[in-house]
Amino acid sequence: MDTTQTKDIYTEEFLINMGPQHPSTHGVLYLELKLDGEIIRECTPHIGYLHRSIEKISENRTYTQFIPFTDRLDYVASMNNNLGYVMAVEKLLNLEVPERTKYIRVIVAELNRIASHLIAVGTFAQDLGAFATPLFYCFREREKIVDIFDQICGNRLTYNYMRIGGVQFDLPKGIDEKIKEFISYMRPKVDDYDNLLTYNTIFLARSKHIGVLSKELAINYSVTGPNLRASGVKWDLRKDEPYLVYDKFEFDIPIGENGDAWDRYKVRIEEIRQSLRIVEQAIDALPEGDPTVKVGRIHKPSPSETYFRTENPRGELGFYIVSDGSVYPYRLKIRSPSFSNLAVLPELVKGLKVADIVCVLGSFDILMGEIDR
Amino acid sequence: MRPDEVSVVIKAKFPEVKEEAGTNNIIVSKESLLEVAQYLKNPPLALDNLHCITAIDRKEKMELVYILYSIREHYGVTLKVYLTSEDLNVASLSALWKSANWLEREVYDLFGIIFSGHPDLRRILNPYDWKGYPLRKDYSSPEFIAKPRL
Amino acid sequence: MAVIEKIPAAKLIRNVPGGGLFLTTSESLLKWGKASSLWPMTFGLACCAFEMIAAGASRFDIDRFGAGVFRASPRQCDVMIVAGTICVKMNDCIRRLYAQMPEPKYVIAMGNCAISGGIFYYDTYSVTKGTESLGIAVDVFIPGCPPRPENLLFGLMKLQEKIRNEKDAAR
Repeated sequence: MDTTQTKDIYTEEFLINMGPQHPSTHGVLYLELKLDGEIIRECTPHIGYLHRSIEKISENRTYTQFIPFTDRLDYVASMNNNLGYVMAVEKLLNLEVPERTKYIRVIVAELNRIASHLIAVGTFAQDLGAFATPLFYCFREREKIVDIFDQICGNRLTYNYMRIGGVQFDLPKGIDEKIKEFISYMRPKVDDYDNLLTYNTIFLARSKHIGVLSKELAINYSVTGPNLRASGVKWDLRKDEPYLVYDKFEFDIPIGENGDAWDRYKVRIEEIRQSLRIVEQAIDALPEGDPTVKVGRIHKPSPSETYFRTENPRGELGFYIVSDGSVYPYRLKIRSPSFSNLAVLPELVKGLKVADIVCVLGSFDILMGEIDR
Repeated sequence: MRPDEVSVVIKAKFPEVKEEAGTNNIIVSKESLLEVAQYLKNPPLALDNLHCITAIDRKEKMELVYILYSIREHYGVTLKVYLTSEDLNVASLSALWKSANWLEREVYDLFGIIFSGHPDLRRILNPYDWKGYPLRKDYSSPEFIAKPRL
Repeated sequence: MAVIEKIPAAKLIRNVPGGGLFLTTSESLLKWGKASSLWPMTFGLACCAFEMIAAGASRFDIDRFGAGVFRASPRQCDVMIVAGTICVKMNDCIRRLYAQMPEPKYVIAMGNCAISGGIFYYDTYSVTKGTESLGIAVDVFIPGCPPRPENLLFGLMKLQEKIRNEKDAAR
């Protein structure tokens, strides 16, 4: 087409609603996009479509009664949420837990990290157009992990397994063989994903140099988790502020170079490998004992406050608990990782095409349950 | 840097800040919040990560809590600002740390604290035409069914 | 009854010997066709969405019941599986999506939150207490928090049974 003829064509900005119900918004997220042709000029996220007032609920539940609600925050990584909350309350009460509990907590938390990263990788690949095949592979692997959790605590998604001072049940007999079998099954499967996706030409073309997040912007926006590590910042709470028994295990922290969508995906694949290493070491070193709760179920901490953060698959989950001496918390604030991770989205998508916003959103791996709480 | 060293450094520059009894939290007056925050962000303290902002409704007054961390120096600081119920107005920190943008919107939505200088202060979690500030202790509404207490 | 009126020349066929049998059989054929190809809408709101996706994945395989094609656009769907908590901000969206679905349409309320608010019934200011309180007629309720994928498949089979036993097949 002769370009001299297009100078007089009248164009204007076009408003598109990538509404709460959309297959690729990973939950109920509403993005208001101002487009100039196919290029995005402005993007405004609107959240709150899953605001279930969990913080208000916490003011009328005892500390133990609140544990099922923490499951429903980041519902794909329930064990990690439970862990963060329970450890924050234990810090408030100055409670020590038995050694076996710590190892069991590490094992289930890392298995859940693998399950969560599998979902992240599967849905990211589906968003980019590899419709259903990586997703079904990832869900097949996830079913194996979920089976193990089913035998440990009876549920597939919202486990409610941790308790203040311990865990709900001891591991059943024979579960360590099943976990070892899973580890040896999973290792070649991660190499499969590498062969299938990581260096695939179309995958590279769609995700390399898209949504580049620089180090300074990431730290200023308080982005945490694999997104921060993909931008080149070597920060992981399991190594820098170790809790439970993470300092006894050997594992690496993968970091990326450019901070684009491909790096974020690659960091997650490497983290699956490192989590398998941690689980293997933890299963071998599991001490004997009784990990269930010995203290009562109703707790009355002294009037004080505490803040504790753990490394969730999506970032740093923090619980700020204020107690006034009664059995109910006075104020419980949940600092969710995806909330801060999503805030940086409008800056990253300026100048990209509409198809790329799906890629950036998928690589960020957000979950509306913990954004809206 | 250890928490008690931090408060010594801050007190040297700003003598009017106080330490909260029993904890390492630093109480700042709302007028000097912006200055203190600017000092904390620059080196040598280099608190480059505004991790969390929240508020606690203490009935006669509101307590604003800022949790800051430094990725370079591996330590953290908690700032507190007390606001009276008649004057729920405080300076916004969104020019210094961009994470404050959404965190302050959330505190405004749930508690009604106004952050002056914020680029876009509107509700974030509740619908835009919601009435009332839900996380205050005196909030009530017809749909709110309270669970019977133990 | 109404579907018989849609079949062309129904009155003539009824007068022919054996015509009544033909019409009843074609009515069951239509109902069987409706029940065996229910296309759900991707309406996963919260945690139950993941059990819905797991039901669609290879282990539980909702596709063998004919419901494997999850469409995003409500204009192409038969059944809306409300999976997850309904919040006040989302009310208008659900009503609009339900209105956009063409007849015959069905609604499955999956999970405790979609049935009645679930664990978010007490002490919340922003949760709608169930799908029925929005004015949407629900056909099948699947309790559970979250219901296992096998429960979702059972609920789907119940819906298929309900469709096959409908007296008025042209809803």
